[in-house]
Amino acid sequence: MKYTMSVLVENQPGVLSKVSGLFSRRGFNIDSLAVGTTEDPAVSRMTIVVDGDEYIVEQVEKQLNKLIPVIKVKTLEVGSHIPRMLSLIKVSVTAGQRADIMRVSELMGARIVDATRASLTIEFADTAERTETLETLLRPYGIREIVRTGTIAIEKGADPTRKKG
Amino acid sequence: MTGAQAMVKCLERERVHTIFGYPGAAICPFYDALIGSKVHHVLVRTEQNAAHAASGYARITGKVGVCVATSGPGATNLLTGIASAYMDSIPLVIITGQVRSDLIGRDVFQEADITGAAEPFTKHSYLVTKASDLPRIFKEAFYIASAGRPGPVLIDIPMDIQQHQVSTFDYDTPPDIIGYKPSTTGHPLQIKKAVDALRSAKRPVLCAGGGLFSAKAGEELKLLVEKAQLPVVCTMMGVGALPTSHPLNLGMLGSHGCVPANKAIRDADLIVMAGARVGDRAVASPNQVANRAKIIHIDIDPAEIGKNMSAHIPIVGDLKLVLAALAEKVDSTAPYDWVQVVTDRKKRYAAKSIEPLDGYVEPKTFLRVFTRRLEEDAVVCADVGQNQIWCANNTEIRRGRLLTSGGMGTMGYSIPCALGAKCADPKRRVVAVCGDGSFQMSMMELATICQEQKGVKIIVMRNGRLGMVRELQKNLYDSAYSGVFLDGSPDFVKIAQAYGIRSRCVTTNEDAMAAVDEMLSDDLPYLLECVVPWDYPSL
Repeated sequence: MKYTMSVLVENQPGVLSKVSGLFSRRGFNIDSLAVGTTEDPAVSRMTIVVDGDEYIVEQVEKQLNKLIPVIKVKTLEVGSHIPRMLSLIKVSVTAGQRADIMRVSELMGARIVDATRASLTIEFADTAERTETLETLLRPYGIREIVRTGTIAIEKGADPTRKKG
Repeated sequence: MTGAQAMVKCLERERVHTIFGYPGAAICPFYDALIGSKVHHVLVRTEQNAAHAASGYARITGKVGVCVATSGPGATNLLTGIASAYMDSIPLVIITGQVRSDLIGRDVFQEADITGAAEPFTKHSYLVTKASDLPRIFKEAFYIASAGRPGPVLIDIPMDIQQHQVSTFDYDTPPDIIGYKPSTTGHPLQIKKAVDALRSAKRPVLCAGGGLFSAKAGEELKLLVEKAQLPVVCTMMGVGALPTSHPLNLGMLGSHGCVPANKAIRDADLIVMAGARVGDRAVASPNQVANRAKIIHIDIDPAEIGKNMSAHIPIVGDLKLVLAALAEKVDSTAPYDWVQVVTDRKKRYAAKSIEPLDGYVEPKTFLRVFTRRLEEDAVVCADVGQNQIWCANNTEIRRGRLLTSGGMGTMGYSIPCALGAKCADPKRRVVAVCGDGSFQMSMMELATICQEQKGVKIIVMRNGRLGMVRELQKNLYDSAYSGVFLDGSPDFVKIAQAYGIRSRCVTTNEDAMAAVDEMLSDDLPYLLECVVPWDYPSL
């Protein structure tokens, strides 16, 4: 099963390698990892999607907490957060297909961000599941390239995922 | 003040009296600043032993051990020592010189990414980028190394940073690390659950690990087990946490442990794991054990609980506080019959006579008699191999210590560790016990022992083989021996004499004890070579 973990870290050099090194040497599987700064420039947030079971997730949490620059680790409950990934998809296109693809994109809420005589590039920001659906719909036209970020996620409700506690 | 001077001042402020190291170009500013300081530098003969010596020093002082090396090979030579300390949770601050900041990443002479290389074996590491950060980083490093579960912390300092000026030196601000606040007191509800579990247990056992020494919780352990009449088994790192001759101490458990300890674990219905990480050599099938018995797991590192063995009652906290709380609240004693069964088994086991050997020293009897002859607070440093198992099962520990590389099993540990221990407390008797394999991994340190005039006593169990591997090959590889013959080894007595160290080679237990009389008559270095049979078992 896939678990989404939200990890606040001190924004110092080497912290990404400390986190990714921990995953490889303890034999944990990372599905995706996305990093960016937060509202506090001294703090970064990593959103890590882990493939494993409850034992693995507990171990990952505990081992991450041992890293000194890690401030907080939170495994996000299914349904309690908004997950998003950004995809850029380059699709082959012939004159006859262009309208079809544009309709599919519109249907899914994707945007066309680049177009040539032979291709369309589509931007899509949504969940992993809906991204999968869009890909399935586009595949018959011929997907030339896909570029994706990992999943990022924010908890629902008014409260931020706190730094301490 | 230069960065290098600030580094030395930090060490003085931490009251570090002795550091172990090996200089080189990239750490020269620091060595220059050492001149005239209160910090005594011990020049080891290879960097790995600087880390091991700092480890021995830390384990005897109960404070942070410090070692130093230069960039590149100096730093990489430290790695095995750092990893050994990490596995055994020994607090170290490791200082390495690094090439100039503007040259990092260009593969210049003696450049190595040591913070990267040591990453899996350090609790934390720093690559210093500003000289003004040095006091804060040193303060944090000493705090992180010793707080919570202890471990090694590396500070890598480029040469130009050591030369830059530090305008303000503030060493009084306490470290504030947002991501590191280890909890120390056990949760009261969990402690209550543990007390209840002890009350209803029919066959309880406490397993004492190395964490008891880190927590300095020997007194609290004794208080609890005597009050609750809890039989105790030890891991290798926990040997001596309770005096080995204590009636409730059943000895070491595990694949190389003794029968009374293993049978107690097999039969137990409640096991209190105290500062033990349930390594595979101690508990081969932890899930089976946890299915049979209820497990109370006490550790300051939450990540150890449930890692190898599921715990029914986890208690995260400092053993000193948790055991004291348990000792205060416990209101029951283990059933008399159970205590009788396990302690009788121990007595029967201990009374078994060991056949003397013709023309050889019998190592188990020798170690029992020898360690009983030592002062109450003596420190025995066991190396790795058969000698380690002989020591772990036969060393008498009263107020002293058995120091060994338990987690990594690093050969060559005993001599530098003994040197570090002797530097930590020169009045104490310190003995290193090793084999002829492990001796040859560290015998260059005889020079350091002489240079420092430290009366380290060394016992070499010589069998001309890598005995532990040979035994493994006998048992698991159909006696097909491969790569275990130590032919070509020198005459160790002559080697010792070349350093001006008194030495003797013995082939019987009587001669060995006569030599021991000579060895213990003063506080000068001594090397005793005991010839043991090549096919003698560890157990």
